[in-house]
Amino acid sequence: MSGSTGLLTEGQDLRIVGFLCNWCSYGGADTAGVARFEQPTDLRVIRVPCSGRIDPLFIARALLSGADGVLVSGCHPRDCHYAEGNFYARRRLEMLKQFLSVTGIDPERFHYTWVSASEGQRWQDVVTSFTERIRKLGPAPKMSGGTGYDEECLKEIAAAVSLGEQCPCHKEKA
Amino acid sequence: MQALAELKDQIRKALPELDVVIGWQQGYDALHTRPLFIRSEEDIDKLVVNEFCVVNPSSYLREMRGGKKVGLVLKGCDSRSVIQLIQEELLNKDDLTIFGFGCNGVLNHAKLQARFGDIGYIESAESDGNTVNLVVAGNKETAPFAELCAEKCLTCSYPNTLQCSHFAGEESDKKAEAAQDKALEEFEQLSMEERFAFWQDQMRRCIRCYACRNACPMCVCKDHCLANSRQPKWLSEDVDVQNNFMFQMIHVMHLTGRCVECGECERACPMDIPIMLLRRKMAGIVRDVFAYNAGTNAEDTSPLMRFEVEEPTIEERH
Repeated sequence: MSGSTGLLTEGQDLRIVGFLCNWCSYGGADTAGVARFEQPTDLRVIRVPCSGRIDPLFIARALLSGADGVLVSGCHPRDCHYAEGNFYARRRLEMLKQFLSVTGIDPERFHYTWVSASEGQRWQDVVTSFTERIRKLGPAPKMSGGTGYDEECLKEIAAAVSLGEQCPCHKEKA
Repeated sequence: MQALAELKDQIRKALPELDVVIGWQQGYDALHTRPLFIRSEEDIDKLVVNEFCVVNPSSYLREMRGGKKVGLVLKGCDSRSVIQLIQEELLNKDDLTIFGFGCNGVLNHAKLQARFGDIGYIESAESDGNTVNLVVAGNKETAPFAELCAEKCLTCSYPNTLQCSHFAGEESDKKAEAAQDKALEEFEQLSMEERFAFWQDQMRRCIRCYACRNACPMCVCKDHCLANSRQPKWLSEDVDVQNNFMFQMIHVMHLTGRCVECGECERACPMDIPIMLLRRKMAGIVRDVFAYNAGTNAEDTSPLMRFEVEEPTIEERH
């Protein structure tokens, strides 16, 4: 149906994109690294100045381009380095989160949260649980999917035309 | 129609002060109207107001910025886009004269065609907001309004022009047929996989003519649209499912908290792709989360342009 390739084979990496703000979450991920907390390796991190820099279209683009999951993390509310960037981000990201379901992209593939620079342990938890969630969902469905009904229509038209009939859209309607 | 005579009168009086008044005139048959630009007295008599005045005249406003005094004949839904543009300081309230009336809803050509085979057979159609009386190939027919009207009219709560300078005729007391959006509710019964497959089928049909964008009264970027930007390059020139879908995402995200659900994008779509499903979903989320209806109050601020330190309606994401 949706062209999903089914279950992951053992050891296959997922493509998870992470947008982390420079001041808190990127620092938090660093803290986790320095403390040598074990983390899954499926996350590709993109560092942004602030969660307020994140256009929801970045996330939409990543998901439509085949990312299996997108994780966004910024400073805790009230802790933004730029005072209010994450307040705006929260509203935008929430809109996208709730919107995704109507497009058929599982909203579970997108998560946003807050991790501060000192929360190495929390970062480990966030990454581990999100990766676990995506692993359960499996790889994202491919864009080449669809029911293929339009190709069926084209075949029908081609067949009708080859028989010397008019194409269905120009047939006199009964 | 009494409102029409009153409207013409009001326009006649106001015209000397105005550069142009935008409204509707009869198109090539009884079922079509086309935009009318009233510049002189003679043009006023061409004005029509009926159930086929589907075009949103405010879509022309973005071409007219820059101090022109513009008059507009607007339905309730159309007036919301003007209010939203005023709120965003893209229009100056003092340059606009809005002529309002009570609207009983507009009809949808695709639904007429689906019901009567070909709209060419339909000689006339009149609606009082409850029933539609038609003459189809010489025969009189009636049909319930709700089966033939534009989708937006089913949930419309603004049948009367908002914040207008002149109001003609009686106010419409038309109530929304349903509080909930049935088409969207039905769509959401589908599973994630089915929805994804549905949109891929639809997006494969999209020819990316940008008619949806060009008809949208809120799309004011004109030549600076993200879809045409080369740096950064959001979309490739390929017309494929992924790029078409991404374009719809761009449109929806840029309309978050701004879309007034006038339905012009879907009406303009030459491929009849039901893209209003996406817009209505997003507008519904904005209503649910921020209790905000775009284009109803020019003094308000769009929800994405402001914030609360504690968001009572947003679940905290851990």
